[in-house]
Amino acid sequence: MATSITARGSDPGSATPDRPHPVPPKDERRQAWRSRLYRWDTKGSPYAFVSPFFLVFAAFGLFPLIYTGWLSLHQVSLYNVDQAKWVGLKNYTDLFTGPPSHFFWNALGNTFTLGILSTVPQLMIAIGLAHLLNYKLRGSSFFRTALLAPYATSVAAATLVFALIFSPESGMANWFLGLFGVDPVAWEAGEWTSQLAISLIVTWRWTGYNALIFLAAMQAVPGDLYEAAALDGASRWKQFLHVTVPALRPTILFTVVVSTIGATQLFGEPFLFGGQSGHQGGTAHQYETLGVFMYDQGFRNSMLGRASAVAWTMFALLLLIGLVNALIARRLRKSQ
Amino acid sequence: MRTSRATRTTRSRRAVVLVTTVLSATALLATGCSSSGSGSSEAADPNEKITLTVGDFGTFGFKEAGLFDAYTALHPNITIKENTTTQEADYWTAVQTHLAAGSGLDDVQALEVGRIALATSDALSGSFQDLSKAPGIKKDDYLPWKWQQGTTASGKTIGLGTDVGPMAVCYRQDLFQAAGLPTDPAAVSALWAGDWAKYVEVGQQFQAKAPKGTFFMDSATGLFNATVSSSTEQYYKNGKLNYKDSASVKTAWDLAMKADAAGSSQGLKEFDPTWQTAFTQSTFATTICPSWQQANIEKYSGPANAGKWNVAQAPAAGNWGGSFLAVPSSGKHVAAAQDLVAWLSAPEQQAKVFQKVGNIPSNQNAYSLPGVTDFKNPYIGPNAPTGQIFSTAAKAIKPAETGPKAGDLQNAFSNGILLVEQNGKSAGDAWNETVKQIDSTIQ
Repeated sequence: MATSITARGSDPGSATPDRPHPVPPKDERRQAWRSRLYRWDTKGSPYAFVSPFFLVFAAFGLFPLIYTGWLSLHQVSLYNVDQAKWVGLKNYTDLFTGPPSHFFWNALGNTFTLGILSTVPQLMIAIGLAHLLNYKLRGSSFFRTALLAPYATSVAAATLVFALIFSPESGMANWFLGLFGVDPVAWEAGEWTSQLAISLIVTWRWTGYNALIFLAAMQAVPGDLYEAAALDGASRWKQFLHVTVPALRPTILFTVVVSTIGATQLFGEPFLFGGQSGHQGGTAHQYETLGVFMYDQGFRNSMLGRASAVAWTMFALLLLIGLVNALIARRLRKSQ
Repeated sequence: MRTSRATRTTRSRRAVVLVTTVLSATALLATGCSSSGSGSSEAADPNEKITLTVGDFGTFGFKEAGLFDAYTALHPNITIKENTTTQEADYWTAVQTHLAAGSGLDDVQALEVGRIALATSDALSGSFQDLSKAPGIKKDDYLPWKWQQGTTASGKTIGLGTDVGPMAVCYRQDLFQAAGLPTDPAAVSALWAGDWAKYVEVGQQFQAKAPKGTFFMDSATGLFNATVSSSTEQYYKNGKLNYKDSASVKTAWDLAMKADAAGSSQGLKEFDPTWQTAFTQSTFATTICPSWQQANIEKYSGPANAGKWNVAQAPAAGNWGGSFLAVPSSGKHVAAAQDLVAWLSAPEQQAKVFQKVGNIPSNQNAYSLPGVTDFKNPYIGPNAPTGQIFSTAAKAIKPAETGPKAGDLQNAFSNGILLVEQNGKSAGDAWNETVKQIDSTIQ
């Protein structure tokens, strides 16, 4: 269609100027209209097709985001959301230097340590597992499915089971340590022990998921690279280090970003692990993450304005992480 | 040209994907959930089949005493569904979220005494029906201080008293005997009569001869709450929050620290699973026993420990807990819900609940019914004058000023004591930490 129009359009140029146009004007107009429609169709349709996502996102993502931003500049009680009092940036300054600052910085620190404690081992174990699964194995699909089972378990179920395992009186963890003559540990009460226990829940739940992503990426690594490396006398370990890992770099970056986002938002595990005092991340706030802190401020202390300020601070933090990631990604691409 | 352009689009597309991921992740995080609700007016037909939902926490005893079944037998068109949450704090969190959203509330909501001042404040009282005008409800039936607590400054009664929480001390007679202490309720009451400090001293005597692996009390937080609750000056004074200078808070804190230092507290987190299993394992000898605690003792100690518990008068009369029933105005069946509340709060029904689970009625007329004052709990000290002990305490309670944050403060102090008992903080650090936490919640 498009070509025919161009062909016809180029025709008059070659004709003598006084000759009347060969196509009746009405027909031409229709043609032009149809071609315009066609152009709109090719240009516009993709937008129409993706628009449901953006509409839903605007309603359930963007609007709450902006509304939360607006709330964060007000003093709002959970009971009377429509009676908001403008306080400017007070909620933010309170967080950084005011009465709740002690708890905010503590939560930020905990989010960071819990993030490291859970993300680093999780990704390392995942890459190792993926490497093992990449060999020709009997029943490999069974192992692959089994890896995904923890991921399919609900946070609540997993956390409650782990809370039993780490129970101070009759938990399996203390029984196991007892076999080696170690005294019972009050897992939940201690600062590091509680964080270790929570990281273990996170690691348990997410390792399989990451392993599958790594496995998929590993299978895309061309086999001749390994053959070439083997010809050059590289051992399995060397092959892993010098062929697999470099080929996985974009994937590693992706899993790091996703896990970091997950770690920043960590909520369910510490919240449920703490039982009675889970809403504040333990009696001494020893494993209170930013997510838990936000919940406690908003829904226990009914200070929605402050909770919104926490939400926006977390958002800023995530943007920062995203930016750092983008910079690293760019460098990686350049170095390739 | 072509390649570089391709790279640019991928790059920017990646950036978009990344930003969108971050945005949507955060948006998810920032979005609360709200459920839809309907507020259609009530149908006029009295025989229409309806379901009333009752939201409560802990053990209210309505179901246990067969009251819901009895009510549905009287009103065949009504089905009652009880939504129970174990922890009051979790329950309240959900209720206040529903209140904020204006939907998702049950037809009848229970309110704990620590929340009643907030519920009757201007911020929330508009969400509830005025029950003083509801048919079948009479002000004079109720303990005056209890009625007052459920009434707003403008005279609107939004919460109707179910039970009050007069305190006693429940103790294990077998462990007392092993430690050389008396076991008879009257003799035990005499050990600490008049002062919670004596209770702490008895604890030291017990601990000196305690069977291995047992403690005098489950948790010093119970002692703290009991001491504050039996005082007329608690967390509020002249309408203002006053906890740093409150004499009872100071005394209670010091006593709790003393008990902990003496090693007579097991340092459990009350109501947590470990606390529950400790009942089964018989690791502590006493627990502060507001009337509603009897149900927990029986539930967690189990049949294996039957006949080992007994009950004695507390050193000083105080109220710990007790609840109210309120009818949210947003409900579909407001009138039917009010009828149910009026029926549940009537003396006969409150007496049945008391006999079943031990909740002391707030309806004074119930006291004169047979089976209340002369009540004996078959599980706890079958021969102890349980009804007598609790009704004496209920009458001796002096009203104390309370306020919107009383419940939060009680939780904050319980947490502060746990900092010492479980997290190894010094008494001074724990106090400072508690003050810091309370101050951070005041805006």
